[in-house]
Amino acid sequence: MSLDAKTLLAFSPLHRLQWEQAQQRHVILYPEGMVELNTTAAEILQLCDGTRNLEGIVEELERKFETTGLIDDIRELLETALENGWIREI
Amino acid sequence: MAGSERSKITNPRWLLAELTYSCPLQCPYCANPVDFADIKDELTTSDWLRVFSQARAMGAVQLGLSGGEPLIRPDLSVLVRHARTLNYYTNLITSGYGMSERKILELKEAGLDHIQVSIQSPEKTLNDQLAGTESFEHKKEVARLVKKHGYPMVLCVVIHRQNIHQMRDILEMAIELGADYLELANTQYYGWAHLNRDQLLPTREQFEKAEAVAQGYKEKLKGKMKIYYVVPDFYEDRPKACMNGWGTTFLTIAPDGTALPCHSARELPGLNCPNVRAMSVSDIWLHSEAFNKFRGFGWMKEPCRSCPEKVKDFGGCRCQAYLLTGDMTNTDPVCSLSPLHERVFEAVTSARAATEIGAAKPMVFRNVRNSKNLNA
Repeated sequence: MSLDAKTLLAFSPLHRLQWEQAQQRHVILYPEGMVELNTTAAEILQLCDGTRNLEGIVEELERKFETTGLIDDIRELLETALENGWIREI
Repeated sequence: MAGSERSKITNPRWLLAELTYSCPLQCPYCANPVDFADIKDELTTSDWLRVFSQARAMGAVQLGLSGGEPLIRPDLSVLVRHARTLNYYTNLITSGYGMSERKILELKEAGLDHIQVSIQSPEKTLNDQLAGTESFEHKKEVARLVKKHGYPMVLCVVIHRQNIHQMRDILEMAIELGADYLELANTQYYGWAHLNRDQLLPTREQFEKAEAVAQGYKEKLKGKMKIYYVVPDFYEDRPKACMNGWGTTFLTIAPDGTALPCHSARELPGLNCPNVRAMSVSDIWLHSEAFNKFRGFGWMKEPCRSCPEKVKDFGGCRCQAYLLTGDMTNTDPVCSLSPLHERVFEAVTSARAATEIGAAKPMVFRNVRNSKNLNA
């Protein structure tokens, strides 16, 4: 699934993203299932709040981690998320 | 169990709360114990609230509210509200019977995350016949209301010989109702289903045909509807990794507070399952005899003990080993390496013979009268 860099992204209302103390990580919860996220994936998905697009998310994270060249990794993760229905384009 | 294995105990992730064994439906493949009518004394509201809190503190995050029919519990919204406060993901597993739009809204407001509605067949006559109740139109209406109020909509259809030929219609019905998830659960032969196996177990040809239809739709519906296909293990040659391993992930609490490593484990003789009225969830999980009995690999006999695949399937299902071989410590006979593998073949042959002679025996429906008679 290819992602338009300008389209705003929101977390799916049919899924829930939350921090799990017992597992010391973020997870995505949905009917009878759970996906465990690593720190990077959690950082990216938390920014899918309906006010940002791919460019915005990259900008935000590159600033936060004082680095550049994150776009390919972020795009890949967001495409997977879109395919799995964790996020949607609005 | 050896002390060294104890240190490897993982915490529960799933809590299945069977709130009641009462149910207005009479499905002949019900997973509840056959003697459910004699099991009384349901947990109180405060018992459940305590259990939810204790399991959550251990790391359980998925909560299934099931039964019987969980809608029968008048305190359902109170339980959901508490679960939401604890940040569980709460799944209501219902027949839809007794559900109203008002109740759907009330549960939504309490914080329920999802509703799974079961339908017995895409055809009214068979649905009502299997359910033992006129319920088809209402179930479809409930499915629409679930969707309307913004829940992820999960449709569950249990598959067996009476409806397996309707696979295409089942999938079309799920599309028509706008299901987000469709669970096609091939009957697992425990409880009432074990009793009615000759009438329920499809032939291999029927399985293969239905599976091909389901796989075709799975491809077609990618990105629109997720299809969970629960495989029928009687036609496999390796057992399922039952419960992801005993006492590793799943905790079931029965209506009377009995804690079970899987919802069928009540059938195992002498397992001595603990009760949440007497022990905390943590003590039950970590220290009870029942939860430690089949943890790890120390309990295994051959051929499992020396088998490299034991880390994948954990020897299969203890209940199936008991029901088909009479000994719960045996290898699950579904495994082609089991010296008793022919027991599965015998079950299949017996069911096929019953089909060919036109289902000589009527099915035993799951109701209080039959439960009492069978247990007398």
